[in-house]
Amino acid sequence: MSPRGWDAPADLEKEPAEIPDPASTPVPEQLRREIEAHMANYPDRRSATLPALEAAQRLHGWCSPQAMEQVACVMRLTPAYLESVASFYDMLETTPVGRHSVYVCTNISCSLCGADELYETIRAASAEDPEISVRSFECLGACDIAPMASVDGVYVGPLSDADVPRLLADVRDGRPVLPELQLARRPVADPNANTREFPAGQGDG
Amino acid sequence: MAANAAPMLLLRDIDEPGLATREVYERRGGYESLRAALALSPEEVLGQLEASGLRGRGGAGFAMGKKVSFLPKGAIDKYLVCNADESEPGTFKDRELMQKSPHMLIEGIVIASFAAGASRSFIYIRGEYAQQADVLDAAVAEARAAGYVGEDILGSGHSLSLVVHRGAGAYICGEETGLLDSLEGKRGNPRLKPPFPANQGLYQGPTLINNVETLATVPAIIRMGGEEYAKLGVETSTGTKVVSVSGHVQRPGNYEIELGIPSREIIYGLAGGPPGGRAVKCWFPGGSSSPVLKAEDLDVPYDFDSLGKAGTMLGSGAIIVVDESTPILDVALKVAKFYRHESCGKCTPCREGTNWTVKMLERIDAGEATPMDLEIMASVQQHIMGNCLCVLGDAMAMPIGSMIAKFREEFEEHIERARARGGLGVVDSEQELTTPRAGA
Repeated sequence: MSPRGWDAPADLEKEPAEIPDPASTPVPEQLRREIEAHMANYPDRRSATLPALEAAQRLHGWCSPQAMEQVACVMRLTPAYLESVASFYDMLETTPVGRHSVYVCTNISCSLCGADELYETIRAASAEDPEISVRSFECLGACDIAPMASVDGVYVGPLSDADVPRLLADVRDGRPVLPELQLARRPVADPNANTREFPAGQGDG
Repeated sequence: MAANAAPMLLLRDIDEPGLATREVYERRGGYESLRAALALSPEEVLGQLEASGLRGRGGAGFAMGKKVSFLPKGAIDKYLVCNADESEPGTFKDRELMQKSPHMLIEGIVIASFAAGASRSFIYIRGEYAQQADVLDAAVAEARAAGYVGEDILGSGHSLSLVVHRGAGAYICGEETGLLDSLEGKRGNPRLKPPFPANQGLYQGPTLINNVETLATVPAIIRMGGEEYAKLGVETSTGTKVVSVSGHVQRPGNYEIELGIPSREIIYGLAGGPPGGRAVKCWFPGGSSSPVLKAEDLDVPYDFDSLGKAGTMLGSGAIIVVDESTPILDVALKVAKFYRHESCGKCTPCREGTNWTVKMLERIDAGEATPMDLEIMASVQQHIMGNCLCVLGDAMAMPIGSMIAKFREEFEEHIERARARGGLGVVDSEQELTTPRAGA
C-alpha cells in the first residue's frame, strides 16, 4: 500500500510552493476552460476544487505535481492546499496508477456474498498488467448486485470468478464491460413497482 | 408473495422506458405538482410538508417540514443542498431513484426551495455514482430548458439555480456539515454544531439539507395533500419508504413499503430470506451504523419509533441480513475496518477508537485475546459515543457494542478456539466458527 494522507512523510527541506505564476505555468487550454466553467458554477470559486482536480486527474492519469500546479494556477490556490484536499478523497490518486481502474466493493454486504475472494481473483488475474489498477473499495452503493465492481465507473455484478477473464479482456480491448451484468440494465426488485395505475384524472391522458 | 400492499409513490413508474427524460416523466404526470405548488404561497407549501409528517430518509429521521421552518425568513441568500452522497453501507435506494427518475428529484428540489425561499441549490452526489451524475446533468439541462429551473420559474417569480456537484469518495461527506465543507472545496471534515446548517451552512448562509428520497417524496405529498400522505404508515412514521435489502437474502434489491409493517415481511416476504433455508443470525435494520437485531426481533414493526424502542434505528432504511453461516467476528471486523478507514481524523475518540477496535478484533482472531478484552472493547465503544463532532465514531460504536452484548458467547468461544489453535489463525473447516462464508 502506498503512503496516503498524513502517513506520507513531509519533505521539510523543500521551499513551500506558492500560487503558480500564470506567465510561466503552461496549462492545456481544454483543462483551463473546464476548470473555469466549474468555477463559474459557484458563488465561491474554491468550491470547484473537487471537479477541477477530477478534470486534471482525467488528463494526467493521477494528481501529479504537474497536474496540481496547473489546477493551482487556474484556481489561484496553492499546490499545498490542493494536495491537502486530494489526499483526503479516495478517488483522487496521489500516486501514479494504471489507465483503467477497477474498484471491487469489499464492504459488508458484498463480502457476505464472497467479495473478498472475488477481489483476490481479480487482483491475481491482473497483477501483470500495469494499465489496470485494482482496488478494494468501500461500499459502492450497489449491494443488490453483490459481489460487484465498478470498472472505469461502470457498475457490474453479480460477479463470479468465472466472469473475471472476460471482464479483464473487455477492459483491455476497450469494449463495454460485461454488458449483460451492467447495473443500468437491471429492473427494480420490488414486484409491486411499475403498477402503471393512476388516480383518476391523472396519467396518460 | 404479495403481502406488500404499499401504494407505489416513488417506484410506480420506475422502469418505464425513458422515464429519465422530461417528456416521459411529464406524460406520467410529472411536474404537475410543481405547477400546483407554485400556485400556492410558500407558507401553504410548507404547511403541506408539515402536515405530511415526512421524516428525513437519510438517517437521522428529522421531520422535514420542521427543518424547512427553521430557516430564517427574509431576503437573504439561502441554499438548498440535496445529499446524494449515499455511502452508508447497504444503502442503494437513492442510486436507483436518481438513475431512473431524476426529474422526480428535481421537481422535489424546486418545490422544497420554493417553500424554504432558497435561490441556489446543489446536488452533492458521491463521485462513484458517475453514471447517475451524468443522468442528473442531462435531466437538469432539460429542466432548465423547460423553465422548471432558472429565473422566474413558470412565471411564479421564484428563481432557482441547480448544480450537480460530484464528490470524490469519502463516507464522511454524507454527514451534513462534512458535506458542506466538501462542497466548499475543502477536506470533508465535520463542523461543530451549533450553529446548525439552517442558520449557518453553505458559505455561512442558511442552508436546507435533505436526502434524495426525502426530496423525491415531496411531489407525491403535494399531489396527494399532506394530510392524505400522513394517513399512510403509522402515527410517528408516516408514508412509504424505499428499503434496500442486501446480504444473505435470495432477492436483494429496493422495495417500497408502507412504514410500520413487520420487518419479517420485508426480509422474508419480499426479499425471500436467506438462501438454502439457513436461519437469520442477525440483521442491521438501517445500514451498517445501526445496532444489530437478532432473529427473535424479526417481528418488530419497521418504523422509526418501533426500531428505536428495540434499541436500534431505521437509519437510511438499509437492511443487511447475515445468516448463521457467517461468524459474528467477521461481521464486526468488516464493519470496524470500514469506519477506521473513513474516520476523518479530526476527533481523537473516533480516530483512535476505530483503530483500537480493529486491532482488538484482530487479536481475537489471532488467538492473542482474553475475555477481558471484550470488556475493554465494549468500554472503548462507550468512550466514543457522544464525544465527537459528528456521529461517525458512534456509527461504529453502536453496532460493535450491540454485537458484543448480543453475541458475547460466540466471541468468547472464538477467543478460546483461536487460543487453542495456538494463535495461528488457521482456518479449520471442522469448526463451525471458521467455516468459509457461503456464497449467495
